[in-house]
Amino acid sequence: MGKPDLPYDLPDAAGHFGRYGGSFVSETLVAALDELRAAYARMSQDPEFLAEFAYELKYYVGRPSPVYHARRLSERCGGAQIFLKREDLNHTGAHKVNNCIGQALLARRMGKPRVIAETGAGQHGVATATVAARYGMRCVVYMGSEDVARQAANVYRMKLLGAEVIPVESGSKTLKDALNEAMRDWVTNVADTFYIIGTVAGPHPYPMMVRDFQSVIGRECLEQMPEVAGRQPDAVIACVGGGSNAMGIFHPYIGHTGVRLIGVEAAGYGLASGKHSASLIAGRPGVLHGNRTYLLQDENGQIRETHSISAGLDYPGVGPEHAWLKDSGRAEYVAIDDDEALAAFHTLCRTEGILPALESSHAIAYAMKLAPQLPKEAVLLVNLSGRGDKDMHTVGEKSGLGF
Amino acid sequence: MSRIKNTFERLQAAGRKALIPFITAGDPDADATVPLMQAAVAGGADLIELGVPFSDPMADGPTIQRASERALAQGMSLRKVLELVARFRAGDGQTPVVLMGYANPIEAMGYAEFCRAASSAGVDGVLVVDYPPEECHEFSDALRAHGMDAIFLLAPTSTPQRIASVGAQASGYIYYVSLKGVTGASHLDRDEVARRIPEIREQVRMPVGVGFGIRDGATARTIAEIADAVVIGSRIIEEIERSSRDTVVSNVQKFIAGIRAAMDGVA
Repeated sequence: MGKPDLPYDLPDAAGHFGRYGGSFVSETLVAALDELRAAYARMSQDPEFLAEFAYELKYYVGRPSPVYHARRLSERCGGAQIFLKREDLNHTGAHKVNNCIGQALLARRMGKPRVIAETGAGQHGVATATVAARYGMRCVVYMGSEDVARQAANVYRMKLLGAEVIPVESGSKTLKDALNEAMRDWVTNVADTFYIIGTVAGPHPYPMMVRDFQSVIGRECLEQMPEVAGRQPDAVIACVGGGSNAMGIFHPYIGHTGVRLIGVEAAGYGLASGKHSASLIAGRPGVLHGNRTYLLQDENGQIRETHSISAGLDYPGVGPEHAWLKDSGRAEYVAIDDDEALAAFHTLCRTEGILPALESSHAIAYAMKLAPQLPKEAVLLVNLSGRGDKDMHTVGEKSGLGF
Repeated sequence: MSRIKNTFERLQAAGRKALIPFITAGDPDADATVPLMQAAVAGGADLIELGVPFSDPMADGPTIQRASERALAQGMSLRKVLELVARFRAGDGQTPVVLMGYANPIEAMGYAEFCRAASSAGVDGVLVVDYPPEECHEFSDALRAHGMDAIFLLAPTSTPQRIASVGAQASGYIYYVSLKGVTGASHLDRDEVARRIPEIREQVRMPVGVGFGIRDGATARTIAEIADAVVIGSRIIEEIERSSRDTVVSNVQKFIAGIRAAMDGVA
């Protein structure tokens, strides 16, 4: 499978990736985070915990997910061969569940019977509600009231799974406000509550812990690529909102310096419009939600409202490890707008019979741009992080098809 | 001597405790802020915590978040907050002003520029909710270099090691958060506070103020018996929300005077 040629061991003990990451929280949260850090440090070395996690991923999630050679899509683009890591085939239909299982198992070992989560599109909420049902835990999901209205099907799914969904009316009534509210719940109920953060952001240890749980994606690819493609890819491509599916597939490849890592942000209505979610490309470093990272903010340091056709990318920050990867030059970051993502969605449906999530469609769209510039022998690996069933309403509206 | 130190020493000599009201700058509008600060002093406030509004106030409850949203909707910003402090300072050379807010507006302005502007506006101390001591050595040093105090929070969950590390970087006073939760929550455990304050005093040689959950004169009085200062925030914001633009200044003054009277019953 090839050994890494560069050692990589970030973050440091305090959760810093260079100048990014860290733990920027109110004193009221410090004890809870210390407890979590200590528990995770123990469990991440505990063979029994790791075996239970592996067992759940195999028999409950259905891992390993296949790497699939998208031959008709590759032919259509006329260049590099495109391979898809099929996270859409996981139980619940996206990569999110990998992390939720890891954190729920940790919560159980810490003796916390109640889990809470924030959600934007509802995917992380559904994944959290799913594992809470699986392990018999109480579950509360915070969701911006705007998103509750836009994602009625996912709200109903969470309720079917026994979760309580609390609409958040403050601020812009979207993901970042749901995150604020979940933090408040955690501060108040820290004795019996575990906060399952859905992405590689938040205070230390979350960016590291979520990355560790998600890096099963990249570790599988390292083994699978030689089998299905004869070698490791020339580039790994993944969409980036908070950045958990991208960190999951990037991380095992960071030390393999011959492999390009390409993160695809949401350009929304276009970078020039100001209505996008491209924090790394168009943002500036700052502090939000417990870590230092690139943020979309105004000149006074207030966080801006963001836009993307895909709710899962609609977030004004990004995981701090991506900020480090950008500054260090190890990863490249590009942006794909709503129209390009939508076109890629349709193309993948028609060429491969796969409905990708709108989030993942951003990564597909960039692969479709890059492939024609490369020879036929080149190999691109795209993380197909989720399936698009949840997006049919949005796509129908945009395409004027409806139901 | 700094205005904060001076204030606590004067109060101690007189056997009184400090009353610290919190208001959000720009709430209900920018023109109201300086009159509200003056009314607080007239009502008996010893030090004013002035909230710098932020779009994502994670550690605050809904009341203070609403105040932030009202202020931001009218264009309040960190630079404008500093202008308001300068205006207040022009008429009041004595009452300390402590800014309370979140890291990102300060990061956006830059430490050096912020410290220069804040100290020349007449700010005496700064409490950044999401700067724990281990993440802000550079910022605390910059504050001190400009003669301002770095104020820090301690919580019921703070361990003895934590109290020591906060104490090593803090100056001015310590703000003890009297309960688990966010600002504006309603339950406060007097016995818990009474047990914790001596533990803090063992390691930290500066005045200890208590806030979060203090909503009336009786509670303020209870806390004044055991702490050096009483901080009231959400309850004042509610007073502002409840008042018309014409009555807001006098209502806030009346409310603070009521708390002051209850506290001064303390020997």
